[in-house]
Amino acid sequence: MSYLRRNPSLVVGIVLLSALLLFVVIGHFVVDTSKSRPLSAPAVRAPSAAHPFGTDRQGRDLFAAMVAGTPLTLRIGFIAGFLGVGIGAMLGFVSAYYRGTLDAVIRGVVDIGLTVPGLLVLIIIAVSLRRGLTVDQMAIIVASLAWLNPARTIRAQVLSMRERGYVEVARLSGMSGPEIIVKELMPNLLPYLAATLVNSVSAAILASIGLEVLGLGPIDSPTLGMTLYWVNFNAALINGWWWWWAAPIVIILVVFLGLFFLTVGLDEIANPRLRRAI
Amino acid sequence: MRDLCVHYDTPLGAVKAADHVTFGLRAGERLGIAGESGSGKSTMALAILRMIKPPGRIAAGEVKLDGVDLMTLSDEEMRRVRLDRIALIPQGSMNALNPVIRIKEQIADALRDHRVRMSARETETRVRELLESVGLRAEVADMFPHELSGGMKRRACIAVAISLWPRVIIADEPTSALDVVVQKQVMETLARVQENLGASVILVGHDMGLMAQFVDRLGVMYAGKLIEVSPVREIFTRPLHPYTRMLIASLPSLEQKGTFRGIPGLIPLLRDLPPGCAFHPRCPQAFDRCLTEEPALLEKHPGGWAACHLT
Amino acid sequence: MRTLLEARSVTKVFGGGVFERSSTVALENFSLAIDADRPSIIAVVGESGSGKTTLARLLLGLTAPTSGHVLYEGQDLQQMSRERRRKFRRDIQVIFQDPYGVYNPFYRVDHVLATPVAKFGLARSRAAARTLIDEVLRDVGLRPEETLGRFPHQLSGGQRQRVMVARALLLRPRVILADEPVSMVDASLRATILGSLSAMHRERGISIIYITHDLATAYQISDTIVVLYGGAVAEVGDVELVVKQPQHPYTRLLLSSIPLATTARTWMSEFATVASSADTETGCKFAARCPSVEKVCRETAPPLFKTHAARAVACYLYRDAPTLDADAIGSVLTASAAASPPASQTIQPTRSRP
Repeated sequence: MSYLRRNPSLVVGIVLLSALLLFVVIGHFVVDTSKSRPLSAPAVRAPSAAHPFGTDRQGRDLFAAMVAGTPLTLRIGFIAGFLGVGIGAMLGFVSAYYRGTLDAVIRGVVDIGLTVPGLLVLIIIAVSLRRGLTVDQMAIIVASLAWLNPARTIRAQVLSMRERGYVEVARLSGMSGPEIIVKELMPNLLPYLAATLVNSVSAAILASIGLEVLGLGPIDSPTLGMTLYWVNFNAALINGWWWWWAAPIVIILVVFLGLFFLTVGLDEIANPRLRRAI
Repeated sequence: MRDLCVHYDTPLGAVKAADHVTFGLRAGERLGIAGESGSGKSTMALAILRMIKPPGRIAAGEVKLDGVDLMTLSDEEMRRVRLDRIALIPQGSMNALNPVIRIKEQIADALRDHRVRMSARETETRVRELLESVGLRAEVADMFPHELSGGMKRRACIAVAISLWPRVIIADEPTSALDVVVQKQVMETLARVQENLGASVILVGHDMGLMAQFVDRLGVMYAGKLIEVSPVREIFTRPLHPYTRMLIASLPSLEQKGTFRGIPGLIPLLRDLPPGCAFHPRCPQAFDRCLTEEPALLEKHPGGWAACHLT
Repeated sequence: MRTLLEARSVTKVFGGGVFERSSTVALENFSLAIDADRPSIIAVVGESGSGKTTLARLLLGLTAPTSGHVLYEGQDLQQMSRERRRKFRRDIQVIFQDPYGVYNPFYRVDHVLATPVAKFGLARSRAAARTLIDEVLRDVGLRPEETLGRFPHQLSGGQRQRVMVARALLLRPRVILADEPVSMVDASLRATILGSLSAMHRERGISIIYITHDLATAYQISDTIVVLYGGAVAEVGDVELVVKQPQHPYTRLLLSSIPLATTARTWMSEFATVASSADTETGCKFAARCPSVEKVCRETAPPLFKTHAARAVACYLYRDAPTLDADAIGSVLTASAAASPPASQTIQPTRSRP
């Protein structure tokens, strides 16, 4: 408790994300999520008591769309983020601990991969798979590039750690390579891994929204990005249907701010040197 | 230079990192402050310069330099006293140099910072003079710190420290992490520079050998307190405090291969000091009085001060 | 003589790969042998850059030599079977310089003791493991109940280093390599740690390789000494002979640089020579700093001259003595001072011709 007082960023992050979660959970009780499908409400209505967030041109209730779509977007982010950090961490650990040819290959792939504009690659993949994309497939497409950054940063962390005395002591105590990675290196990187994970999740959400706004997302699902696609498709901005884009934008803002503060908070745990005594 | 007296205690929270330390420093004298890690010797050195960082603070006491109490000076006045009157060669001083600035710029900066008005040519000459006085070649002026070896960096730091002709040089472990041969060169440089300036030196360190060879008078600190101050010859021949005696006995000599006489027990934590004399749990000669009553630093024989109930 | 651990003409070069322009010779044609039947304490003394840390890593098999071999019971470390390697790992233990970095901050200190017990199957049960750990902790003068269950930062530097000595003891090794074990420990505790090392040698017949920059502690603990300079042996032999009558100019410089804790002040009287950057590529590494340098020193590096049954020195001042092959250093190291002829028979330096 007293620690949380010294780490306000962590608190702000947790509060923002909890509020969002609360909105989704309560929303599921209050509104029928099937109203997020087209033709379930009168078209293009400003917010009212019956439709608190208004309705769109195809007759979706936007409140229902938000309640149903927010978890979908988060799901894409979390699946892609976890896959990315999982694969990235594994490659990073192996690459940095064993060095040699394997390291050179992994490093080469990562370096080249990171120079290619990610969105372009994702667009190409999404376009070639366009027919019948589901939310989970969307997550995997995003994950296909999400491991590059974690692999590089974790590799760097492990490189500096493997020179520590305790790694050598562990070797001399008869521990094997994989054991050293799991038992000696991993625990010390946990806060760092957590921070990387949150980072990856937010990057994945951003990437998925980017693809969806371009119309390359799961067309049948009311994810936040797809709602924005329909906003764009129907020129809601020009037509003055402000409620249509306001709701998803506010939610996306809360998601990113929440994740951002969470990363800053976790970073402070991972690098206590950043703690400033003022 | 009249007597310099330090009088203060520094609660770090409730921790007394240095507790009522008092000593005088004569002009041209080399005073050693020896102690193990956590004895408060570096805290003491920084406190003289009022460089204690929060959460530490100087709770009480005075430091008088030529009759002026440094503790009462404004921050701006104090800033001028540093380097100008009292110079510090900090611990790990190889890292005290800015890695992206040439040596001569760093010395010139120090001069400029203290409003020494000099033409570019005069500055150049002064830099060369300073480097020469610490035994470095003039070309060093145009080098970056990473081009210098550890010993050369230490000497460059000495050059910065003496650039304003200080009266007192405080050297906090100036040779830690240096090889013995280089250590000797750095200490010789310090000695020569001191003689040229006629300044006093306070050498803070843990190496009793270095103290024996360098200083005139030696103070020994234990658990934040000064427990003995005596002329160095006295301390090594007739140590007054059991800790001093055991510390000297534990040092390896080249005279004879001996048994290993360490001091049993552990250095106490400052936040958890034993009652009475802080050394009593490790002291073989401790008696009832030591457990309850804290000994004061008293003059046991002319010039020899110790804080022990035995003597 | 059966050798337990041997370095045979080992050279280690860093850098010099395809992409690097310069290479550094960290250790050059170095040999050392430890007798399997007669445990000894060998001190390896050198300053930073002398190659002593590289030597430690080579002897532990943590790095491979560029040329030459490190042998354990006659077998090359680099070509050992898994099983032999495990035995080697157990028999050769190490104590590192830094008693902070060797602890994983995530675990309690128990971890460094429990891991080898588990990995090498030293105990059948938890209780047996605990008994074993308690025993070694007491052997190094620590109270188990005050030590176990704590995190590394809760112990003092001296305590932490003693736990590392206990860890080494736990495996009942035949050789302990101590790499500057006391240089980061407080003065009052140094003697205690060196004392436990010395007791391990005396009571359990464990050979110790004591690597240090400090000639004074080396003298205190060791039987024989190897002085390294610039990756090569400058002087080697019985510790009494080398410290009391140093022959190599470098050993003399080292000895005169030690600030002795006595009131007899000899330290500042003579000025140490300043290292010049003019390194010779092929000659004696010390030539640039040597007060008695000759022309030949800059041209070819001196071989080891055996000036006494129990010592050898790599300096042309002693060129009248028979030369000693580098891989025969072991013979000098094992000839103890007691068995060797009196000091009067040692060969005195040849005055260099004008």
